[in-house]
Amino acid sequence: MSESLAITKLSDLANPTRFLGLASRVLPWLSAVTAILFAAGLYLSFAGEGDYQQGLTVRIMYVHVPAAWLSMMCYTVMALSAIGTLVWRHPLADVAHKTAAPLGAAFTLIALATGSLWGKPMWGTWWVWDARLTSVFVLFLMYLGLIALNRAMDDPGKAARLCAILILVGFVNIPIIKFSVDWWNTLHQPASVIRMGGSSIDGSFLRPLLVMALAFTMLFFTLHIAAMRNEIWRRRVSAQRRMAARMAGDKPGLTTEMST
Amino acid sequence: MAALLLRDLKLSVRAGGGALIGVLFFITVVAVIPFGVGPDLNLLSRIGPAIVWIGALLSALLGLDRMFQTEREDGSLDLMLMQEHPLVLTVLVKCLAHWIGNGLPLVIASPLLGLFMNMDEVAIGATMLTLLVGTPALTFIGAVGAAVAVTLPRGGLLVSILVLPLAVPVLIFGVSASYAAVEDPAPFLPPFLILVAITMFFAVLGPLGAALALRNADD
Repeated sequence: MSESLAITKLSDLANPTRFLGLASRVLPWLSAVTAILFAAGLYLSFAGEGDYQQGLTVRIMYVHVPAAWLSMMCYTVMALSAIGTLVWRHPLADVAHKTAAPLGAAFTLIALATGSLWGKPMWGTWWVWDARLTSVFVLFLMYLGLIALNRAMDDPGKAARLCAILILVGFVNIPIIKFSVDWWNTLHQPASVIRMGGSSIDGSFLRPLLVMALAFTMLFFTLHIAAMRNEIWRRRVSAQRRMAARMAGDKPGLTTEMST
Repeated sequence: MAALLLRDLKLSVRAGGGALIGVLFFITVVAVIPFGVGPDLNLLSRIGPAIVWIGALLSALLGLDRMFQTEREDGSLDLMLMQEHPLVLTVLVKCLAHWIGNGLPLVIASPLLGLFMNMDEVAIGATMLTLLVGTPALTFIGAVGAAVAVTLPRGGLLVSILVLPLAVPVLIFGVSASYAAVEDPAPFLPPFLILVAITMFFAVLGPLGAALALRNADD
């Protein structure tokens, strides 16, 4: 019963106008929560003591780890929307995975860049080709490829369906990234926050990290909903432009004006 | 199905088929490497398996855009979509034909390039074996990319960008199995079996994804 209710709720959102209404109500709250969480998280990160070994560079962790988590979560969100596109032909799912790709690429780039900055003082090198770093780099390339594919096609519906197939095929990479530190002997440390037998990170580091992770997650949702709203508007504008061009085509005098 | 296999094979070996061009490209890529890294035979024999694998990967990508493009141009793709056989099987057969036409020549050419690279017999044999097992996976992954990009006028470059990240595991395990055969402490079998598993996994996933993409691309 509740499941069918959830599905009705979701299919209600298929109407873009309803989604726009919801987005305009939710977005201010989300932005406010994100700002507060970031303020708290950044304060906690900078108030904390440095690590006894790593010194102040441990603060890179508060950006690096959440960004890396988000890069994987974003792909998961895209894979779920891809299922929505292919199975239910949900029009909002098309918009969702199209707009999530640049966000995912950005978070992955942040994770890679901060990891590189952190790796230089800690490991003594900017980059190593170990399994975790390589698989995240591959994830970054996949995001860029998906963006390129989406841009290469004119018809948004077809682009969305074809991208969805590729997203689902590429989802193979996500478990590889997650477990790469367990399967291979890598320079990158294995998971230390979420693991069997509790976290191995001291509470004074864990608290800012979790707040920052929450802040990043809220940031993702804020940006994603805003991007989806913009995409819907963009599609409406282009549809109206096409309509205007078609109408203008009937009157020969106006066509030159439209095209300039 | 057998008729389709034969037809695709004939198309790939005859004029304009591109199968021989793939081999030529493979040889050219590998032949260019010594100009880049210098003709040091010890170095070449050490990086040989990797170079041969990368050459094979690149030339496997080269032929991908032809997989469904010509069918779409002459309209036979529409017939394949309309027929009663499951499209997945048709795509699987087309992948096999594409592999026999484009992948197998690479495998056959690899011992010659192994000689160029001053690899010993074991390394050549291992590289050939891993290529034999690994190149079908490249074809199956590539089928998805080729099907997705079939409607694009110049999809070739995009296909390569989309397919390469997915092909990385194949390259990793293919090369590590080839090295494991030469270097003593590392066992040959585990990476080789993982390579086999990857190929079989993509033998299922690739045609499924490609068939789905072709269905969605035709409207």
